[in-house]
Amino acid sequence: MSNTNESWGSRIGLILAMAGNAVGLGNFLRFPVQAINNGGGAFIIPYLISFLVMGIPLLWVEWSMGRYGGVRGNHSTPFIFGEMGRHSFWKYFGVFGIFTNIAVASYYCYIESWTMSYTYHTILQTFSDMTQQNVAAFFDEYISFEKGYFNEAVIFYLICLVLNTWILSKGLTGGVEKVAKIGMPLLIIFGIFLAYKGLTLGSSGAPAGCIDCDGYLGLNFLWEPQFSSLYDPKVWLAAATQIFFTLSLGMGSIHCYASYVKYKDDIALNSMSAGWMNEFVEVVLGAAIVIPIAAGYLGLDWVKENAGFSMAFKTMPFLFSKWGIVIGTFAGVAWFGLLFFAGITSSLAMGTPWMGFMEDEFKWSRSKSAWSFGLITLIVGLPTVYFFHKGVFDEYDYWAGSVGLMVFALAECILFAWIFGVNKGFEEINKGADMKIHSFFKPILKYVTPALLILIFVGALVTPKGNDWTGAIKNGWELDPSSIIGKISNKNYSANRSYFADEFESEVSGMVTSVDENKKEVRISELKKFFVEEGKIKIAKEENYSIAFDSLSPVKTYSFKEGSNILIKKGDQVSPGTPLAKGSFVNDIFYVDLSRLVLVALFAFICFVVFLATKKRESTKLQTS
Amino acid sequence: MTTAALIMLITVTGSVTAITVYFFWRVLKTPPKE
Repeated sequence: MSNTNESWGSRIGLILAMAGNAVGLGNFLRFPVQAINNGGGAFIIPYLISFLVMGIPLLWVEWSMGRYGGVRGNHSTPFIFGEMGRHSFWKYFGVFGIFTNIAVASYYCYIESWTMSYTYHTILQTFSDMTQQNVAAFFDEYISFEKGYFNEAVIFYLICLVLNTWILSKGLTGGVEKVAKIGMPLLIIFGIFLAYKGLTLGSSGAPAGCIDCDGYLGLNFLWEPQFSSLYDPKVWLAAATQIFFTLSLGMGSIHCYASYVKYKDDIALNSMSAGWMNEFVEVVLGAAIVIPIAAGYLGLDWVKENAGFSMAFKTMPFLFSKWGIVIGTFAGVAWFGLLFFAGITSSLAMGTPWMGFMEDEFKWSRSKSAWSFGLITLIVGLPTVYFFHKGVFDEYDYWAGSVGLMVFALAECILFAWIFGVNKGFEEINKGADMKIHSFFKPILKYVTPALLILIFVGALVTPKGNDWTGAIKNGWELDPSSIIGKISNKNYSANRSYFADEFESEVSGMVTSVDENKKEVRISELKKFFVEEGKIKIAKEENYSIAFDSLSPVKTYSFKEGSNILIKKGDQVSPGTPLAKGSFVNDIFYVDLSRLVLVALFAFICFVVFLATKKRESTKLQTS
Repeated sequence: MTTAALIMLITVTGSVTAITVYFFWRVLKTPPKE
């Protein structure tokens, strides 16, 4: 318990910091992709409904829990939960509010460091003469360690982590608030500039075969409503999940920021303002940059096949280079600057729960707490940097950045509405409020929000194969490898399931189309159906089979270490499990399980620290009585 | 752009912008508590 009187310097600073916490890379890269994959313009209907019945109530819950804790000297979730739940086990649910932040910060800072590095390379004109393939290859090389273990990616990661830690050590008003006040307006200005450029690029850069391709084509693709998609549960689940992630709910960082709000100050209006600011950045700016620009230069077919997170680094620098040196450079700096500010305002928020806890319980100074956060994040984060290709990054993101949030949000919702009591909770929300919250939201908070969170959790637990919810029962409910159960059982590893092996097995089916003994490289291809439309070769779907033809398409290329013996030859048919090479192999599953172990160790470590803090509180209480 | 897409775009982005500006304006015009 602390007697700190640290608080926010201004109301605007608090709102910008909270909005900055929520605005992240997902606003620009995840939202548009989710929209085009889930009904286009119609996606916004379940999206906004989820915002109203789950997003906003949870924002109020987290803000009010934070302020409630802060008044009692608790600036992180373990003791906020402990005090509200009146039972010690709630403290250990609160551990998620520190654990998730450290685990997510460890890989999030890595992405943030890419944006720093890409800003640097944009200014140096590294991408100016590159083809699209070269830009993509640059990224692959950047995150590989073929040229040594202390490469540019590691240097930028360290710089990024030190920068975050240094800002955190400057305190709330001197560090976090200052960055939010500079970063958020700049992010919005950069976003407006890029959206304007995207919509006014015309069709001069249109790809061959699409003379009408421009930004509006992409915008049309994104906003054209397919109302029939609203009957698909997958779309509703995707919308609720997007709202959940975009608002940074279930992290514990909102609680921590809100714990520095003074007791008499408003949280109802502030949370609405910060929440809607995030929606503006996501729906208005996020939808108007990546997809329109990519559709204008590369066409809709390319966007349909490639829309995703990697576009930010593998495609956008190439597209900006088409705008000439001056505007292209400015656009590149604006894009990566925008992503950097979106990232750093979030990663700073991830540092505060650990710091708040150490200051409260062990009377550590802000500086000591900040540097200890940096050190733990570095230890947890280095595996994601060095073993990015081995799946460590994705594992962290899945367990800490997805499952951890769901568990925590469900726990806090039950605690607030059922244990603490929804009436008492509403009194807490409305204390000092500049905007009274109508009691209409009480049953929503008590029944609808937890029900939605349970649905999201169950949806993640038993996701059917291919995310096909409508045909799941008919297909015997085969689980998707990305479901929680599928992940635990390593369902996506159909081959190479032992940690260490003398033989490396094929993970795909197909025909061996090339074997290079010198490079130790094997390429596997499979027969796919294609068809020609408007002079372009496209992958055929069932409705095009009548005019389709078969052709070999590369599926996977394996490169083996020097000293390995390749066991197959050109023309061989392989399937998952077929031995491809003999040698000494450490399989990806080893790194995946190792990353899970690191996460479990981190969680156990925080539980232990919370246990020590509890003992310390008890002995202080005994001494004073 | 098709009419349906245009209607969705203008309605949604217009509403979200208006609500964001409204709440931010309310924050700005509310006097600080003593």
